[in-house]
Amino acid sequence: MKRIYMDYSATTPVKQEVLEAMLPYFTEHFGNASSIHGYGQDAKRALEASRAIVAGTIGAPADTFYFTGGGSESDNWALKGVMKANTAKGNHLITCKIEHHGILHTCETLEKEGFEVTYLDVDSEGMVSLEALEAAIKPSTVMISIMFINNEIGTMQPIAEIGKIARKHGVIFHTDAVQAFGNVKIDVDELNVDLMSFSAHKIYGPKGIGGLYIRKGIKIQNLIEGGAQERKRRAGTENIPGIVGFAKAAEIANENLDAHIEKLTYLRDRLVKGILESIEYSKYNGHPTLRHPGNVNVCFEFIEGEALLLSLNAKGIAGSSGSACTSGSLDPSHVLMSIGLPHEIAHGSLRLSLGDFNSEEEVDYAVESLVEIVHKLRMMSPLYDKVKGGK
Amino acid sequence: MYTDKVMDHFMNPRNVGEIENADGIGEVGNIKCGDIMRIYIKVEDNVIADIKFKTFGCGSAIAASSVATEIIMGKTVEDALKVTNKQVIDALGGLPPVKIHCSVLAEQALKAAIYDYATKNNLEFEGLKGYNPVQDHDHHDVVDIEF
Ligand SMILES: Cc1ncc(COP(=O)(O)O)c(C=O)c1O
Repeated sequence: MKRIYMDYSATTPVKQEVLEAMLPYFTEHFGNASSIHGYGQDAKRALEASRAIVAGTIGAPADTFYFTGGGSESDNWALKGVMKANTAKGNHLITCKIEHHGILHTCETLEKEGFEVTYLDVDSEGMVSLEALEAAIKPSTVMISIMFINNEIGTMQPIAEIGKIARKHGVIFHTDAVQAFGNVKIDVDELNVDLMSFSAHKIYGPKGIGGLYIRKGIKIQNLIEGGAQERKRRAGTENIPGIVGFAKAAEIANENLDAHIEKLTYLRDRLVKGILESIEYSKYNGHPTLRHPGNVNVCFEFIEGEALLLSLNAKGIAGSSGSACTSGSLDPSHVLMSIGLPHEIAHGSLRLSLGDFNSEEEVDYAVESLVEIVHKLRMMSPLYDKVKGGK
Repeated sequence: MYTDKVMDHFMNPRNVGEIENADGIGEVGNIKCGDIMRIYIKVEDNVIADIKFKTFGCGSAIAASSVATEIIMGKTVEDALKVTNKQVIDALGGLPPVKIHCSVLAEQALKAAIYDYATKNNLEFEGLKGYNPVQDHDHHDVVDIEF
């Protein structure tokens, strides 16, 4: 059976050019970038060239970009590092309710340690209110952390405006750009961002490598202590193959950004239209236009998301869901709850996230399959016959 | 994560549907938790002559309902009341720990259907002693991975 991958927001395949760029750094150029000898210097050169490439794609000077072990580490570092280094100013942090757990669980830990966190609500489309954000700022506010693009519903926040507000009040601004990088143009100066988190595996790079942009002058404590790598800010022997792969992936993403956005937007809108037109009782989640170009999130009433995913998988289609049953928790995802969906509707959620290797035929096949699957599951559902009234 | 038997019962569920003029109907579960199971039974000469189900829930909830109807079909009411969630799990070749509650739900839906039958017909069954039709169902263990 042909398999169709529509879960690019979970992770992406490593592109061939990326893999080829990485390979020599496992074998020939395996040196430790801290070593004096030629092996080390080869590695060091690759490290610094990669840093310049990635930083360049976001309009940042190379020496403001730090490699990390991925998006989660970057989120942890940004929040813990900044809050702990700026206690002289205050102990208050502002974030929102639909952040990735890399942010939310870090905030919970900070709260246990005595920091104060405000979790802003979002509206039914997943947008943070700029008025509420500004009103939440107080003299003790050190930092604002609002994600760029939400990983589940794809909503894109007005980052530049948030940055402007932060700057006006002298507050440090961090954004988790893990889902945004490679899907929207990013310039740290135009966006007024002070710290930004990245992850390579969402942009056709390898897993376990990411980065944190830290604007010059921002006070931040270290998260990973040890050796003097990353200009003494992030210890640990550098993952050179990963870093080289990250840089190659960032370079490709940057070069093809406009075509990538155009293609995905077309496929996304075709998929959404197909679903909404052919399946009744379905609801499109997230913002209608200000969203990730490849993100489709829909709820199908009267059925449950995991059953939907299994059925799709049986047809070769890989997607994901925010239903409780897929996360193993009692409640549907915090994101779907935060946009105000009732439990029973949120349980029937489906996220199909499109990427560079999807085609129009795949999108049409997905729509066809969904029509069939949703019908089959609804015929089994005791909730559907109640609505259909005796049918 | 699921056995072939779970997948078979999920993809090709047995005895889906409704029974018109059923002798007993049992519905358990909770829409908030994301699973509701409804079982219809037809009883003839104290034997479960027909059984059908409708389930809103995950793959294992649907599979558990399906396999439970297979186990129960043709049993006397007394024997049907002895069916446990363990038998449902065994017949499915096992369930992941977080999905055990689905098998409990199947056992409870059956009990609820027989309870309905017993109540309507003024019958008493040993296996229904102490049965409380409004008890809440088992809950999932919480794990938490997001991407
Ligand atoms: C918005 C967001 N932040 C952070 C992460 C975590 O990144 P990583 O898997 O590299 O730790 C992810 C993806 O899982 C994400 O979607």
